[in-house]
Amino acid sequence: MADELQNNSRRDALKTLFQGIGVLGLGGSLWGSAAIKLKASELTLRPPGALEEEDFVKACIRCGTCVEACPYDTLKLATLDNHTAIGTPFFEARLVPCYMCPDVPCVPVCPSGALDVKVIAKQIDGHNTDEPDIRRAKMGIAVVDQETCLAYWGIQCDVCYRACPLMDEAITLEYKRNERTGKHAFLEPVVHSDICTGCGLCEHACVTEKAAIFVLPREIATGKVGEHYIKGWDKADEERLINIKKAETKESSPEDVLNDWEHLLDDE
Amino acid sequence: MMNNIIKKNRYLVLRRTLQFGLLLLFGGANWWGWKFLMGNYSSAYVLESFYLTDPHAVLQTFAAGFVMSTDAIVGGIIVLLFYGLIAGRSFCSWVCPVNILTDLATWMRKKWRLSENDNFLRINRKTRYWILGLGLILSPIVGVAAFEVINPIGMLHRGVIFGFGMGWTFVVAVFLFDLLFVEYGWCGHLCPLGAFYTLSSRFALIKVKHDAEKCTLCMKCKDVCHEIQVLDLIGEESGYIKGACSNCGRCVEVCDDDALKFSVYNYKT
Ligand code: SF4
Ligand code: SF4
Repeated sequence: MADELQNNSRRDALKTLFQGIGVLGLGGSLWGSAAIKLKASELTLRPPGALEEEDFVKACIRCGTCVEACPYDTLKLATLDNHTAIGTPFFEARLVPCYMCPDVPCVPVCPSGALDVKVIAKQIDGHNTDEPDIRRAKMGIAVVDQETCLAYWGIQCDVCYRACPLMDEAITLEYKRNERTGKHAFLEPVVHSDICTGCGLCEHACVTEKAAIFVLPREIATGKVGEHYIKGWDKADEERLINIKKAETKESSPEDVLNDWEHLLDDE
Repeated sequence: MMNNIIKKNRYLVLRRTLQFGLLLLFGGANWWGWKFLMGNYSSAYVLESFYLTDPHAVLQTFAAGFVMSTDAIVGGIIVLLFYGLIAGRSFCSWVCPVNILTDLATWMRKKWRLSENDNFLRINRKTRYWILGLGLILSPIVGVAAFEVINPIGMLHRGVIFGFGMGWTFVVAVFLFDLLFVEYGWCGHLCPLGAFYTLSSRFALIKVKHDAEKCTLCMKCKDVCHEIQVLDLIGEESGYIKGACSNCGRCVEVCDDDALKFSVYNYKT
């Protein structure tokens, strides 16, 4: 009788343990997948000085101090309905772009390090200083949709070019002959991605119904060449070849390799 | 009469004043550019000179693989020491805005007698410690502070200060859970932040002290306490209320016999 009781209580204990593990596992996997979904923010523009997206989402404590420091109400904290990690700051350039404040007030107030002055440190003679330099911000890249950009239609519109705080550097106008009319010129805006900060003043200013120039996160709007192409007739790039690690090759000569047929035989 | 009502709710009045006051200061920073308290309850920038940071968020972020900058870590340590050595788990009932909401839910629940058939969902009060642990285990796996992405506390205070968006759904869920399903459901059973402060403020100085000699066993204190298990000593022995007590002071207010009082913890007893 006593034995049976003990058995029962042991069985109960085991049952509770397994139930506990089950609930924990279920809760954990639901929670985990929700968390992964809720931290995804591929198409988001971050404030200047933000770390790489992956680190940024980790680091940001979601306090909104940057939002309050921004004098233009550019930044917002994401809610559940934005496709951005909940509670993290972002901006929509078409609504309110980043006006590239010279003192970058949003960055130094960040307690967590998600926005870091080092990311946009002003450089003097190639050395980083403690001051921020808004020109080094890399919030995104402006991309032109040539099909809907009026300038590419042949209509003279240089609104984005003039709206750009880095006029004639981040966006230049390229002159081309308009073969369609035969007597006019195209003044096509071209974005230089090494200079563009992604502030979005161009997207904000664009006159078409839906902006024909818009800012995308750098991750999205840039490609990657890889190691095995070089720019011909470019000294610096050719030198890059020298530093690339050679693939491992066998020392043996081609004949040796061809004559080495032993491995083809069975072991017997 | 009026005096008596105030006396019987003196801590409640103080708590609500502090809770709404903090919300106003935080909100004012965003709406009107005040500089007293910028940010929110995750991290507050105080008078533009130093930060107070949620140590649980710093810890999760660390678990996720990122060491926050010194500002945030120092802010977290200040908060941790304040509650841990002095104020106990008072964050929950003196600061946290969710408490206003869940107290309202409980008040309605009791008024409408919804608590009489609460048999169909039972949750162990220790669940919150498991959630706390699970959050810290999940953080490195999902690569983000795991609780912060679903945190209804954050949805509420960010909602009030910066705008709700759809975040209100989480807040309403917590409210309904406390109203219809489990009494003191969120704060008393599930919230990992409450669990965090319970664990970290074990040795805090400010604690409610019970004097069993004076106790007449009316049990009014157990009626109002949202962590009833901490009142096990009532009428049995004198001593300090420990564990998950959040120093809300409801029991002190309702006690007509002077048997419960805020006092300073004596480590020797
Ligand atoms: S640089 Fe100025 S405008 Fe741009 S996000 Fe920061 S504070 Fe706002
Ligand atoms: S100030 Fe920093 S931690 Fe706070 S919301 Fe902005 S980026 Fe995140």
